[in-house]
Amino acid sequence: MSAPVLQIDDLHVRLPDGAERDYAVEAVSYALSPNEILCVVGESGSGKSLTARAIMGLLPEPQVRYEKGAIRFGGEDLTRVTPARMRAVRGGEISMIFQEPMTALNPVMRIGQQIDEVIRFHAKLARGKRRARALELVEDVQLPDPERMLRAYPHELSGGQRQRAMIAMALAMEPKVLIADEPTTALDVTTQAQILSLIAALQQKHDTGVLFITHDFGVVADIADRVAVMQHGRIVEIDTADRVLNAPSHPYTRSLIAAVPGLVPRAAKPVARDTLLEVRSVSKTYGGGRGLFGRGSEGVRAVDDADLALNAGETLGIVGESGSGKSTLARCIVRLIDTDAGQIRYRGDDIAALGRARMRPYRAKLQMVFQDPFASLNPRSRVGRIIADGPIVLGESRTVAEARAREMLELVGLDARAYDRYPHEFSGGQRQRVGVARALALRPEVLVADEPVSALDVSVQAQVLELLARIRDELALSMVFITHDLRVAAQVCDRVAVMRLGRIVEQGPTAALFERAEHPYTRELLAAVPGRHWRAPLVAPFDDRGARSASGESNG
Amino acid sequence: MSFWRRFARNRSALLGLAILAVVILIALGASLLFPEDPFRLVGRPMSAPGSNDFLLGSDTLGRDVAAGIAHGARVSLLIGLLATTVAVALGVVLGGIAGYFGGWIDDLVMRVTEMFQTIPSFLFAILLVAIMKPSIQSIVIAISVVSWPAVARLVRGEFTALRNREFVQACHIVGMGDLRIMLREILPNCLSPIIVTGSLMVATAILIESGLSFLGLGDPNVISWGFQIGAGRTVLRSAWWVCTFPGIAILLTVLAINLVGEGLNDALNPRLRER
Repeated sequence: MSAPVLQIDDLHVRLPDGAERDYAVEAVSYALSPNEILCVVGESGSGKSLTARAIMGLLPEPQVRYEKGAIRFGGEDLTRVTPARMRAVRGGEISMIFQEPMTALNPVMRIGQQIDEVIRFHAKLARGKRRARALELVEDVQLPDPERMLRAYPHELSGGQRQRAMIAMALAMEPKVLIADEPTTALDVTTQAQILSLIAALQQKHDTGVLFITHDFGVVADIADRVAVMQHGRIVEIDTADRVLNAPSHPYTRSLIAAVPGLVPRAAKPVARDTLLEVRSVSKTYGGGRGLFGRGSEGVRAVDDADLALNAGETLGIVGESGSGKSTLARCIVRLIDTDAGQIRYRGDDIAALGRARMRPYRAKLQMVFQDPFASLNPRSRVGRIIADGPIVLGESRTVAEARAREMLELVGLDARAYDRYPHEFSGGQRQRVGVARALALRPEVLVADEPVSALDVSVQAQVLELLARIRDELALSMVFITHDLRVAAQVCDRVAVMRLGRIVEQGPTAALFERAEHPYTRELLAAVPGRHWRAPLVAPFDDRGARSASGESNG
Repeated sequence: MSFWRRFARNRSALLGLAILAVVILIALGASLLFPEDPFRLVGRPMSAPGSNDFLLGSDTLGRDVAAGIAHGARVSLLIGLLATTVAVALGVVLGGIAGYFGGWIDDLVMRVTEMFQTIPSFLFAILLVAIMKPSIQSIVIAISVVSWPAVARLVRGEFTALRNREFVQACHIVGMGDLRIMLREILPNCLSPIIVTGSLMVATAILIESGLSFLGLGDPNVISWGFQIGAGRTVLRSAWWVCTFPGIAILLTVLAINLVGEGLNDALNPRLRER
């Protein structure tokens, strides 16, 4: 292996006093060779992003500051260079791409101008040459119609195209090191697959050293040459991708890998042919209204003629990419938004058009768990009240409701003392448990879960999935499970419906669908799952308690 | 961190609170300090501060300026608080309904607030007091009428943002009624901006009241700072103290309330400040 292009020695980054721990990054050392992709993996708060920011000289000082250690780059120590030199390094010799391309690009500048700016800051080139270079870059990142792309504004591009434009900017000066901070996390799975292969191809072509920060082991399996695993600001394991993924040595790495849901569908439960909930040709169009002065617009068909059936005791997955209408469909089912057409039959009764009062008896039967554990609990209410409110609204006495709230807290694995606390005192995973308890307090028959784990770290995600599986079995619940993650769907669902642009393109038993998908879109989705060829080794059978202590559910 | 400690971190807010406390004490103790009716002629007219037993001098008719300021503090604070309470109540109700239900109700309420906001508020207040008879009651009504639209727009914005949050949707799924969602779920989450705006509105109300009294539209039966300044305006060059001391009283009170409002803002919206 050739000499490292970037070497970090004993880096310490200090957090402000009163923070959870003293150092955001503690005694971190690693080396990055040219032409290699080093993945830094860790859960939120592990310090993986701050290491990258320290390299770029972009720490949020003065609260978070560099304390000691060295960042060696081509004979220089980047912690000691002048700000002017650092500016030349940044974007020229080391460049960075970010998670959210919409906020990282300037919305009022054309893509061409933004690429041109990078070149202009770092090299003295004539206007025509800069333009030629920009065009070449846009072609390199495989953006369609390069001439037009240079004239486009960021909002005219799709998410994937914006990320390509960011990569073009980052590669403008042929940097020796490219830092990619969760560059595909905000993208759909098919787009993610394209961006990952683009990064790998460009890295090969230009001999760039890539520092790739991610939380997703699937992504790691797809592109990493070497992997560094971070926990609480320290590197616990660093080795070749093969060894970390297939024979992890550190217990934390083991617990992380054990928590990654496998892509092999679980065995479907034998289900009674007893249809509990039926969705019949439901449609919902957003917008299309007539403004005071504007003309009426077409509107967006968020759900287009959807048909579903949920049998008693079954878990039905609805998978799809962003904008496919899966969340809208979920909200239609629980009558959070009104449908435009179609029927929603619960035990044979059409509830799609019921008024508020007549809907009330069905409310308790259909409950929902939300995606964002931070937005779904009222920050000003105590947890106990949040859970007890439902039964009280539906006519239970206060004492009964409170007793039930305590019972539910226990059921979802929270301490009874949680009853008098406020949501902000809990971590994301614990809040999601409160959300589940709130839904269960009404003794529902159908639980609609809208991406309940996509905002959570992988080990916490495993715990919440395990909780959902347990209560489903204990309470004989039927579940509609919305997710964009096929791995999660494989673990949770008996049957899966695939949605695209508001339409259900295919549905069937999970195992059959994963093995023999018929619709080309389903096949495309399955092919795009990151790390689909990697099967997590059975290093340690999943242990709930072990993972909880290792992942530190208290960070939140 | 406790509310008080966050508030106390802002030194000028503490100063404001101290000044405000003094003003309140003077208002409460006015009858003890100056048992006489402040309108009574108690000595030589145009006495300079310190002469003829007048701490802050006397005006053209021999009324005690200090007594006027003490009793005026009562009127100013009373009108400021009353007008603000009415305006906030009106604004919260209308803004909350507009923001929560949206649609044509929202359009209607917003067009109404715009109508109010296109008229300069002080002129509008003068007009209202002139139509009604000048009295404490009519001044309170006039000030509330010109200041509720700002509160309504603020509350409407907060409600519009919060009504689509997931925790509110969760309440809908449980089948909770609209009134309960508005009062118990949404309102507590937008109290901080309402408190901050309300505290600053007290200062504006005091200013409007002073302006109205200065123009002779105050309640003729109660003394107020604006009235004192209006009465002393003609002798500004020969007896400066008649205008100056009530003016300083207005300045200090309004400043103090603004400082307290800023402090409340810092304490209630800590994230805003750190940005």
